[in-house]
Amino acid sequence: MSITATLIGELIAFTVFVLFCMKFVWPPLNGAIEARQKKIEDGLAASDRAEKDLELAQKKAAQQLKDAKDQAADIIEQAKKRAVLIVDEETVRGQEEREKIIAQGHSEIESERNRVTEELRTQVATLAVVGAERILEREINQAAHSDIVEKLVAEL
Amino acid sequence: MAAEEVTISSHIQHHLTNAKMCMTDSGLAFNKACADSGFWTWNIDTLAWSIGLGLIFLWIFRSAAKKAHTGVPGKFQCFIEMIVEFVGDNVRDTYHGKSKLIAPLALTIFVWVFLMNLMDLIPVDFLPALAGFVGEQAFGMDSHDVYMKIVPTTDINLTAALALGVFILMIGYSIKIKGVGGFIKELTLHPFSANSKIAMIFLIPCNLLLETIALVSKPFSLALRLFGNLYAGELIFILIGAVGLMQLPLHFVWAVFHILVIVLQAFVFMMLTIVYLSMASSDNH
Repeated sequence: MSITATLIGELIAFTVFVLFCMKFVWPPLNGAIEARQKKIEDGLAASDRAEKDLELAQKKAAQQLKDAKDQAADIIEQAKKRAVLIVDEETVRGQEEREKIIAQGHSEIESERNRVTEELRTQVATLAVVGAERILEREINQAAHSDIVEKLVAEL
Repeated sequence: MAAEEVTISSHIQHHLTNAKMCMTDSGLAFNKACADSGFWTWNIDTLAWSIGLGLIFLWIFRSAAKKAHTGVPGKFQCFIEMIVEFVGDNVRDTYHGKSKLIAPLALTIFVWVFLMNLMDLIPVDFLPALAGFVGEQAFGMDSHDVYMKIVPTTDINLTAALALGVFILMIGYSIKIKGVGGFIKELTLHPFSANSKIAMIFLIPCNLLLETIALVSKPFSLALRLFGNLYAGELIFILIGAVGLMQLPLHFVWAVFHILVIVLQAFVFMMLTIVYLSMASSDNH
Protein backbone atom coordinates (compact mmCIF):
# COMPACT_ATOMS: atom_id res chain seq x y z
CA MET A 1 0.00 0.00 0.00
CA SER A 2 2.58 2.52 -0.99
CA ILE A 3 3.35 4.56 -4.04
CA THR A 4 5.73 2.60 -6.21
CA ALA A 5 7.05 2.55 -9.74
CA THR A 6 3.70 1.05 -10.74
CA LEU A 7 2.50 4.64 -10.86
CA ILE A 8 4.94 5.43 -13.63
CA GLY A 9 3.85 2.39 -15.60
CA GLU A 10 0.21 3.27 -15.20
CA LEU A 11 0.84 6.87 -16.15
CA ILE A 12 2.52 5.74 -19.37
CA ALA A 13 -0.32 3.28 -20.08
CA PHE A 14 -2.89 5.99 -19.39
CA THR A 15 -1.14 8.41 -21.76
CA VAL A 16 -0.90 5.81 -24.50
CA PHE A 17 -4.57 4.83 -24.13
CA VAL A 18 -5.74 8.43 -24.24
CA LEU A 19 -3.60 9.20 -27.27
CA PHE A 20 -4.82 6.10 -29.09
CA CYS A 21 -8.40 6.96 -28.23
CA MET A 22 -7.87 10.52 -29.44
CA LYS A 23 -6.32 9.40 -32.73
CA PHE A 24 -8.21 6.27 -33.72
CA VAL A 25 -11.36 5.89 -31.65
CA TRP A 26 -13.02 9.18 -30.94
CA PRO A 27 -12.85 10.93 -34.34
CA PRO A 28 -14.44 8.15 -36.46
CA LEU A 29 -17.15 7.35 -33.91
CA ASN A 30 -18.04 10.95 -33.18
CA GLY A 31 -17.79 11.80 -36.87
CA ALA A 32 -20.19 9.01 -37.77
CA ILE A 33 -22.63 10.09 -35.07
CA GLU A 34 -22.54 13.71 -36.16
CA ALA A 35 -22.84 12.83 -39.85
CA ARG A 36 -25.82 10.61 -39.08
CA GLN A 37 -27.44 13.36 -37.02
CA LYS A 38 -26.99 15.73 -39.95
CA LYS A 39 -28.44 13.14 -42.31
CA ILE A 40 -31.49 12.59 -40.13
CA GLU A 41 -31.97 16.32 -39.76
CA ASP A 42 -31.82 16.77 -43.53
CA GLY A 43 -34.18 13.85 -44.03
CA LEU A 44 -36.72 15.31 -41.64
CA ALA A 45 -36.48 18.72 -43.27
CA ALA A 46 -36.92 17.11 -46.71
CA SER A 47 -39.96 15.18 -45.55
CA ASP A 48 -41.46 18.37 -44.12
CA ARG A 49 -40.84 20.10 -47.40
CA ALA A 50 -42.34 17.22 -49.36
CA GLU A 51 -45.42 17.31 -47.16
CA LYS A 52 -45.84 21.00 -47.80
CA ASP A 53 -45.30 20.49 -51.53
CA LEU A 54 -47.90 17.74 -51.57
CA GLU A 55 -50.41 19.95 -49.80
CA LEU A 56 -49.71 22.73 -52.26
CA ALA A 57 -50.05 20.38 -55.23
CA GLN A 58 -53.32 19.04 -53.89
CA LYS A 59 -54.65 22.57 -53.50
CA LYS A 60 -53.50 23.42 -57.00
CA ALA A 61 -55.10 20.29 -58.44
CA ALA A 62 -58.37 21.03 -56.70
CA GLN A 63 -58.25 24.60 -57.99
CA GLN A 64 -57.57 23.41 -61.52
CA LEU A 65 -60.40 20.91 -61.34
CA LYS A 66 -62.74 23.63 -60.20
CA ASP A 67 -61.55 25.92 -62.99
CA ALA A 68 -62.06 23.20 -65.55
CA LYS A 69 -65.57 22.54 -64.28
CA ASP A 70 -66.38 26.24 -64.40
CA GLN A 71 -64.97 26.48 -67.88
CA ALA A 72 -66.98 23.46 -69.03
CA ALA A 73 -70.13 24.96 -67.56
CA ASP A 74 -69.37 28.23 -69.35
CA ILE A 75 -68.84 26.46 -72.65
CA ILE A 76 -72.09 24.53 -72.31
CA GLU A 77 -73.92 27.73 -71.45
CA GLN A 78 -72.45 29.50 -74.46
CA ALA A 79 -73.29 26.56 -76.71
CA LYS A 80 -76.87 26.65 -75.52
CA LYS A 81 -77.10 30.37 -76.14
CA ARG A 82 -75.61 29.96 -79.56
CA ALA A 83 -78.02 27.12 -80.40
CA VAL A 84 -80.96 29.31 -79.48
CA LEU A 85 -79.49 32.12 -81.54
CA ILE A 86 -78.97 29.88 -84.54
CA VAL A 87 -82.49 28.51 -84.29
CA ASP A 88 -83.85 32.06 -84.13
CA GLU A 89 -81.77 33.21 -87.04
CA GLU A 90 -82.75 30.22 -89.12
CA THR A 91 -86.37 30.74 -88.29
CA VAL A 92 -86.17 34.35 -89.43
CA ARG A 93 -84.27 33.38 -92.55
CA GLY A 94 -86.79 30.64 -93.34
CA GLN A 95 -89.60 33.09 -92.87
CA GLU A 96 -87.98 35.52 -95.24
CA GLU A 97 -87.28 32.78 -97.76
CA ARG A 98 -90.84 31.65 -97.58
CA GLU A 99 -92.11 35.14 -98.10
CA LYS A 100 -89.73 35.61 -100.98
CA ILE A 101 -90.82 32.38 -102.60
CA ILE A 102 -94.44 33.27 -102.06
CA ALA A 103 -93.92 36.73 -103.53
CA GLN A 104 -92.13 35.22 -106.48
CA GLY A 105 -94.98 32.79 -106.96
CA HIS A 106 -97.45 35.61 -106.85
CA SER A 107 -95.57 37.60 -109.44
CA GLU A 108 -95.20 34.56 -111.67
CA ILE A 109 -98.90 33.84 -111.39
CA GLU A 110 -99.65 37.48 -112.23
CA SER A 111 -97.44 37.51 -115.25
CA GLU A 112 -98.91 34.21 -116.48
CA ARG A 113 -102.38 35.55 -116.00
CA ASN A 114 -101.47 38.67 -117.93
CA ARG A 115 -100.05 36.56 -120.69
CA VAL A 116 -103.13 34.30 -120.81
CA THR A 117 -105.42 37.32 -120.74
CA GLU A 118 -103.53 38.85 -123.61
CA GLU A 119 -103.71 35.58 -125.53
CA LEU A 120 -107.36 35.17 -124.76
CA ARG A 121 -108.01 38.70 -125.77
CA THR A 122 -106.26 38.13 -129.08
CA GLN A 123 -108.13 34.89 -129.63
CA VAL A 124 -111.49 36.45 -128.64
CA ALA A 125 -110.80 39.28 -131.05
CA THR A 126 -109.97 36.87 -133.76
CA LEU A 127 -113.06 34.81 -132.86
CA ALA A 128 -115.25 37.84 -132.81
CA VAL A 129 -113.88 38.94 -136.11
CA VAL A 130 -114.30 35.47 -137.53
CA GLY A 131 -117.84 35.35 -136.16
CA ALA A 132 -118.63 38.75 -137.44
CA GLU A 133 -117.09 37.87 -140.78
CA ARG A 134 -119.30 34.82 -140.94
CA ILE A 135 -122.39 36.85 -140.07
CA LEU A 136 -121.63 39.72 -142.29
CA GLU A 137 -120.03 37.75 -145.05
CA ARG A 138 -122.87 38.08 -147.15
CA GLU A 139 -123.69 41.70 -146.79
CA ILE A 140 -120.85 43.73 -145.34
CA ASN A 141 -117.40 44.39 -146.49
CA GLN A 142 -114.87 43.32 -143.92
CA ALA A 143 -112.74 46.30 -144.36
CA ALA A 144 -115.53 48.79 -143.93
CA HIS A 145 -116.37 47.54 -140.49
CA SER A 146 -113.09 46.64 -139.04
CA ASP A 147 -112.92 49.80 -136.92
CA ILE A 148 -116.10 48.81 -135.12
CA VAL A 149 -114.74 45.30 -134.44
CA GLU A 150 -111.50 46.68 -133.11
CA LYS A 151 -113.42 48.96 -130.75
CA LEU A 152 -115.23 45.92 -129.41
CA VAL A 153 -112.04 44.04 -128.98
CA ALA A 154 -110.58 46.91 -127.00
CA GLU A 155 -113.52 46.85 -124.69
CA LEU A 156 -112.95 43.26 -123.73
CA MET B 1 -0.30 -27.15 0.92
CA ALA B 2 -0.31 -24.20 3.26
CA ALA B 3 2.97 -23.57 4.93
CA GLU B 4 1.45 -21.39 7.63
CA GLU B 5 -1.84 -21.35 9.47
CA VAL B 6 -4.60 -19.64 7.50
CA THR B 7 -6.50 -17.20 9.67
CA ILE B 8 -9.14 -14.74 8.56
CA SER B 9 -6.77 -11.87 8.97
CA SER B 10 -4.04 -13.56 6.96
CA HIS B 11 -6.63 -14.48 4.34
CA ILE B 12 -7.69 -10.86 4.04
CA GLN B 13 -4.10 -9.70 4.09
CA HIS B 14 -3.36 -12.12 1.28
CA HIS B 15 -6.23 -10.81 -0.80
CA LEU B 16 -5.15 -7.22 -0.34
CA THR B 17 -1.53 -7.72 -1.32
CA ASN B 18 -0.32 -7.04 -4.82
CA ALA B 19 1.88 -9.33 -6.79
CA LYS B 20 5.18 -7.48 -6.83
CA MET B 21 8.23 -7.56 -9.01
CA CYS B 22 11.52 -5.78 -8.42
CA MET B 23 15.18 -5.81 -9.28
CA THR B 24 17.46 -6.91 -6.47
CA ASP B 25 21.19 -7.55 -6.40
CA SER B 26 20.53 -11.15 -7.39
CA GLY B 27 18.34 -10.29 -10.39
CA LEU B 28 14.54 -10.23 -10.75
CA ALA B 29 12.68 -10.93 -7.53
CA PHE B 30 9.02 -11.35 -6.71
CA ASN B 31 6.59 -10.74 -3.87
CA LYS B 32 8.07 -11.12 -0.39
CA ALA B 33 11.59 -10.74 -1.68
CA CYS B 34 10.58 -7.22 -2.69
CA ALA B 35 9.61 -6.10 0.80
CA ASP B 36 12.57 -3.72 1.01
CA SER B 37 12.72 -2.59 -2.58
CA GLY B 38 10.96 0.72 -1.85
CA PHE B 39 9.85 2.82 -4.80
CA TRP B 40 11.18 0.61 -7.57
CA THR B 41 8.61 -2.10 -7.11
CA TRP B 42 6.23 -3.01 -9.85
CA ASN B 43 2.75 -4.25 -8.97
CA ILE B 44 2.55 -6.67 -11.86
CA ASP B 45 -1.05 -7.74 -11.23
CA THR B 46 -2.24 -4.15 -11.27
CA LEU B 47 -0.21 -3.43 -14.38
CA ALA B 48 -1.32 -6.56 -16.20
CA TRP B 49 -5.02 -6.28 -15.41
CA SER B 50 -5.25 -2.56 -16.03
CA ILE B 51 -3.32 -2.66 -19.29
CA GLY B 52 -5.25 -5.76 -20.39
CA LEU B 53 -8.57 -4.07 -19.64
CA GLY B 54 -7.39 -0.90 -21.35
CA LEU B 55 -6.52 -2.91 -24.43
CA ILE B 56 -9.96 -4.56 -24.33
CA PHE B 57 -11.53 -1.11 -24.16
CA LEU B 58 -9.48 0.13 -27.10
CA TRP B 59 -10.09 -3.03 -29.10
CA ILE B 60 -13.87 -2.90 -28.62
CA PHE B 61 -14.12 0.78 -29.44
CA ARG B 62 -11.62 0.62 -32.28
CA SER B 63 -13.53 -2.22 -33.94
CA ALA B 64 -16.70 -0.15 -33.64
CA ALA B 65 -14.89 2.91 -34.99
CA LYS B 66 -13.59 0.99 -37.99
CA LYS B 67 -17.09 -0.10 -38.91
CA ALA B 68 -18.67 3.26 -38.15
CA HIS B 69 -20.89 4.50 -40.95
CA THR B 70 -23.71 6.98 -41.27
CA GLY B 71 -26.37 4.46 -42.23
CA VAL B 72 -28.59 2.52 -39.85
CA PRO B 73 -26.27 1.24 -37.09
CA GLY B 74 -26.30 -2.31 -35.79
CA LYS B 75 -26.89 -3.18 -32.15
CA PHE B 76 -23.22 -3.26 -31.19
CA GLN B 77 -22.62 -0.04 -33.08
CA CYS B 78 -25.59 1.54 -31.30
CA PHE B 79 -24.32 0.49 -27.90
CA ILE B 80 -20.85 1.92 -28.49
CA GLU B 81 -22.26 5.09 -29.99
CA MET B 82 -24.58 5.50 -27.00
CA ILE B 83 -21.56 5.54 -24.69
CA VAL B 84 -19.68 7.91 -26.99
CA GLU B 85 -22.64 10.23 -27.22
CA PHE B 86 -23.21 10.11 -23.46
CA VAL B 87 -19.62 11.13 -22.81
CA GLY B 88 -19.70 13.66 -25.64
CA ASP B 89 -22.86 15.30 -24.24
CA ASN B 90 -21.32 15.58 -20.79
CA VAL B 91 -18.17 17.13 -22.23
CA ARG B 92 -20.14 19.60 -24.36
CA ASP B 93 -22.31 20.61 -21.40
CA THR B 94 -19.39 21.21 -19.07
CA TYR B 95 -16.35 22.09 -21.14
CA HIS B 96 -16.89 25.13 -23.29
CA GLY B 97 -13.45 25.59 -24.76
CA LYS B 98 -12.22 24.01 -27.94
CA SER B 99 -10.11 20.95 -27.35
CA LYS B 100 -9.76 17.72 -29.23
CA LEU B 101 -8.32 16.03 -26.16
CA ILE B 102 -11.02 16.40 -23.51
CA ALA B 103 -13.68 14.15 -25.04
CA PRO B 104 -11.41 11.16 -25.81
CA LEU B 105 -9.80 11.63 -22.40
CA ALA B 106 -13.19 11.52 -20.72
CA LEU B 107 -14.21 8.47 -22.74
CA THR B 108 -11.00 6.64 -21.87
CA ILE B 109 -11.35 7.42 -18.18
CA PHE B 110 -15.01 6.46 -18.06
CA VAL B 111 -14.80 3.14 -19.86
CA TRP B 112 -11.40 2.11 -18.55
CA VAL B 113 -12.24 2.90 -14.92
CA PHE B 114 -15.59 1.19 -15.35
CA LEU B 115 -13.97 -1.97 -16.70
CA MET B 116 -11.41 -2.01 -13.90
CA ASN B 117 -14.15 -1.47 -11.30
CA LEU B 118 -16.14 -4.23 -12.94
CA MET B 119 -13.48 -6.72 -11.91
CA ASP B 120 -14.76 -6.17 -8.39
CA LEU B 121 -17.89 -8.17 -9.25
CA ILE B 122 -15.92 -11.32 -9.99
CA PRO B 123 -16.14 -13.44 -6.81
CA VAL B 124 -13.11 -12.52 -4.73
CA ASP B 125 -11.62 -15.99 -4.40
CA PHE B 126 -11.89 -17.21 -7.99
CA LEU B 127 -8.95 -15.66 -9.72
CA PRO B 128 -6.56 -15.54 -6.72
CA ALA B 129 -7.25 -19.24 -6.09
CA LEU B 130 -6.76 -20.02 -9.77
CA ALA B 131 -3.53 -18.06 -9.79
CA GLY B 132 -2.39 -19.89 -6.66
CA PHE B 133 -3.19 -23.23 -8.26
CA VAL B 134 -1.36 -22.35 -11.46
CA GLY B 135 1.60 -21.01 -9.48
CA GLU B 136 1.79 -24.15 -7.40
CA GLN B 137 1.40 -26.59 -10.27
CA ALA B 138 3.36 -24.83 -12.97
CA PHE B 139 6.08 -23.03 -11.05
CA GLY B 140 6.27 -25.01 -7.87
CA MET B 141 5.54 -21.99 -5.71
CA ASP B 142 3.82 -22.01 -2.36
CA SER B 143 0.25 -21.00 -3.25
CA HIS B 144 0.36 -18.55 -0.36
CA ASP B 145 3.17 -16.77 -2.04
CA VAL B 146 1.13 -16.19 -5.16
CA TYR B 147 -0.68 -12.89 -4.98
CA MET B 148 -3.36 -11.77 -7.39
CA LYS B 149 -5.27 -8.55 -6.83
CA ILE B 150 -7.55 -8.35 -9.82
CA VAL B 151 -9.20 -4.94 -9.26
CA PRO B 152 -6.62 -2.38 -10.43
CA THR B 153 -8.60 0.53 -9.01
CA THR B 154 -8.03 -0.82 -5.48
CA ASP B 155 -4.36 -0.05 -6.01
CA ILE B 156 -3.51 3.53 -5.04
CA ASN B 157 -0.81 3.54 -7.70
CA LEU B 158 -3.32 3.30 -10.49
CA THR B 159 -5.75 5.92 -9.17
CA ALA B 160 -2.81 8.19 -8.38
CA ALA B 161 -1.49 7.73 -11.91
CA LEU B 162 -4.85 8.74 -13.38
CA ALA B 163 -5.12 11.72 -11.05
CA LEU B 164 -1.53 12.74 -11.80
CA GLY B 165 -2.24 12.59 -15.53
CA VAL B 166 -5.27 14.82 -15.05
CA PHE B 167 -3.25 17.16 -12.80
CA ILE B 168 -0.55 17.55 -15.43
CA LEU B 169 -3.23 18.35 -18.01
CA MET B 170 -4.81 20.89 -15.64
CA ILE B 171 -1.54 22.76 -15.27
CA GLY B 172 -0.86 22.41 -18.99
CA TYR B 173 -4.24 23.86 -19.93
CA SER B 174 -3.93 26.64 -17.37
CA ILE B 175 -0.62 27.74 -18.81
CA LYS B 176 -1.74 27.25 -22.42
CA ILE B 177 -4.93 29.29 -22.04
CA LYS B 178 -3.86 31.95 -19.56
CA GLY B 179 -0.11 31.96 -20.06
CA VAL B 180 2.45 31.51 -17.31
CA GLY B 181 1.77 34.99 -15.97
CA GLY B 182 -1.95 34.42 -15.95
CA PHE B 183 -1.53 31.15 -14.11
CA ILE B 184 0.72 32.74 -11.48
CA LYS B 185 -1.71 35.63 -11.12
CA GLU B 186 -4.52 33.19 -10.60
CA LEU B 187 -2.55 31.51 -7.84
CA THR B 188 -1.54 34.71 -6.08
CA LEU B 189 -4.19 37.40 -6.57
CA HIS B 190 -7.21 35.42 -5.47
CA PRO B 191 -9.31 34.97 -3.42
CA PHE B 192 -8.14 38.00 -1.35
CA SER B 193 -7.43 41.22 -3.14
CA ALA B 194 -6.81 44.74 -2.01
CA ASN B 195 -6.61 48.08 -3.74
CA SER B 196 -3.32 49.22 -2.25
CA LYS B 197 -0.16 47.61 -3.47
CA ILE B 198 1.33 47.21 0.00
CA ALA B 199 -1.70 45.33 1.28
CA MET B 200 -1.56 43.18 -1.81
CA ILE B 201 2.01 42.14 -1.13
CA PHE B 202 0.97 40.90 2.29
CA LEU B 203 -1.98 39.06 0.84
CA ILE B 204 -0.02 37.24 -1.84
CA PRO B 205 1.42 34.54 0.44
CA CYS B 206 -2.04 33.84 1.89
CA ASN B 207 -3.51 33.57 -1.60
CA LEU B 208 -0.69 31.41 -2.80
CA LEU B 209 -1.11 29.04 0.14
CA LEU B 210 -4.90 28.79 -0.31
CA GLU B 211 -4.82 28.43 -4.08
CA THR B 212 -2.04 25.88 -4.01
CA ILE B 213 -3.97 23.80 -1.51
CA ALA B 214 -7.09 24.15 -3.67
CA LEU B 215 -5.15 23.12 -6.75
CA VAL B 216 -3.32 20.19 -5.22
CA SER B 217 -6.39 18.91 -3.39
CA LYS B 218 -8.04 18.22 -6.75
CA PRO B 219 -5.83 15.32 -7.86
CA PHE B 220 -5.72 14.04 -4.29
CA SER B 221 -9.49 13.96 -4.07
CA LEU B 222 -9.68 12.28 -7.48
CA ALA B 223 -7.21 9.56 -6.58
CA LEU B 224 -8.39 8.93 -3.04
CA ARG B 225 -12.11 8.94 -3.84
CA LEU B 226 -11.82 6.21 -6.44
CA PHE B 227 -9.29 4.23 -4.46
CA GLY B 228 -11.23 4.53 -1.20
CA ASN B 229 -14.56 3.51 -2.65
CA LEU B 230 -13.21 0.50 -4.49
CA TYR B 231 -10.84 -0.57 -1.73
CA ALA B 232 -13.66 -0.47 0.82
CA GLY B 233 -15.98 -2.32 -1.54
CA GLU B 234 -13.36 -4.98 -2.18
CA LEU B 235 -12.65 -5.31 1.55
CA ILE B 236 -16.32 -5.88 2.28
CA PHE B 237 -16.49 -8.49 -0.49
CA ILE B 238 -13.55 -10.28 1.12
CA LEU B 239 -15.15 -10.07 4.56
CA ILE B 240 -18.44 -11.41 3.20
CA GLY B 241 -16.50 -14.18 1.51
CA ALA B 242 -15.17 -15.25 4.92
CA VAL B 243 -18.47 -15.84 6.73
CA GLY B 244 -19.45 -19.26 5.41
CA LEU B 245 -22.77 -20.10 3.77
CA MET B 246 -24.38 -16.84 4.89
CA GLN B 247 -22.22 -15.11 2.34
CA LEU B 248 -24.53 -16.00 -0.54
CA PRO B 249 -27.42 -13.58 0.18
CA LEU B 250 -25.04 -11.00 1.60
CA HIS B 251 -22.80 -11.25 -1.39
CA PHE B 252 -25.76 -10.85 -3.73
CA VAL B 253 -27.02 -7.74 -1.97
CA TRP B 254 -23.57 -6.13 -1.83
CA ALA B 255 -22.89 -7.01 -5.47
CA VAL B 256 -26.17 -5.43 -6.59
CA PHE B 257 -25.32 -2.31 -4.64
CA HIS B 258 -21.83 -2.39 -6.04
CA ILE B 259 -23.12 -2.32 -9.62
CA LEU B 260 -24.27 1.20 -8.80
CA VAL B 261 -20.99 2.09 -7.11
CA ILE B 262 -18.70 1.01 -9.93
CA VAL B 263 -20.63 2.95 -12.61
CA LEU B 264 -21.01 5.94 -10.35
CA GLN B 265 -17.32 6.07 -9.45
CA ALA B 266 -16.32 5.81 -13.10
CA PHE B 267 -18.79 8.58 -13.95
CA VAL B 268 -17.67 10.79 -11.05
CA PHE B 269 -14.02 10.45 -12.03
CA MET B 270 -14.86 11.37 -15.61
CA MET B 271 -17.12 14.28 -14.65
CA LEU B 272 -14.60 15.76 -12.19
CA THR B 273 -11.86 15.46 -14.78
CA ILE B 274 -13.96 17.46 -17.22
CA VAL B 275 -14.90 20.01 -14.56
CA TYR B 276 -11.31 20.49 -13.39
CA LEU B 277 -10.04 20.88 -16.95
CA SER B 278 -12.92 23.25 -17.69
CA MET B 279 -11.95 25.35 -14.66
CA ALA B 280 -8.32 25.26 -15.75
CA SER B 281 -9.17 26.51 -19.24
CA SER B 282 -11.67 29.19 -18.28
CA ASP B 283 -10.27 32.65 -17.93
CA ASN B 284 -12.88 34.28 -15.73
CA HIS B 285 -12.03 33.59 -12.14
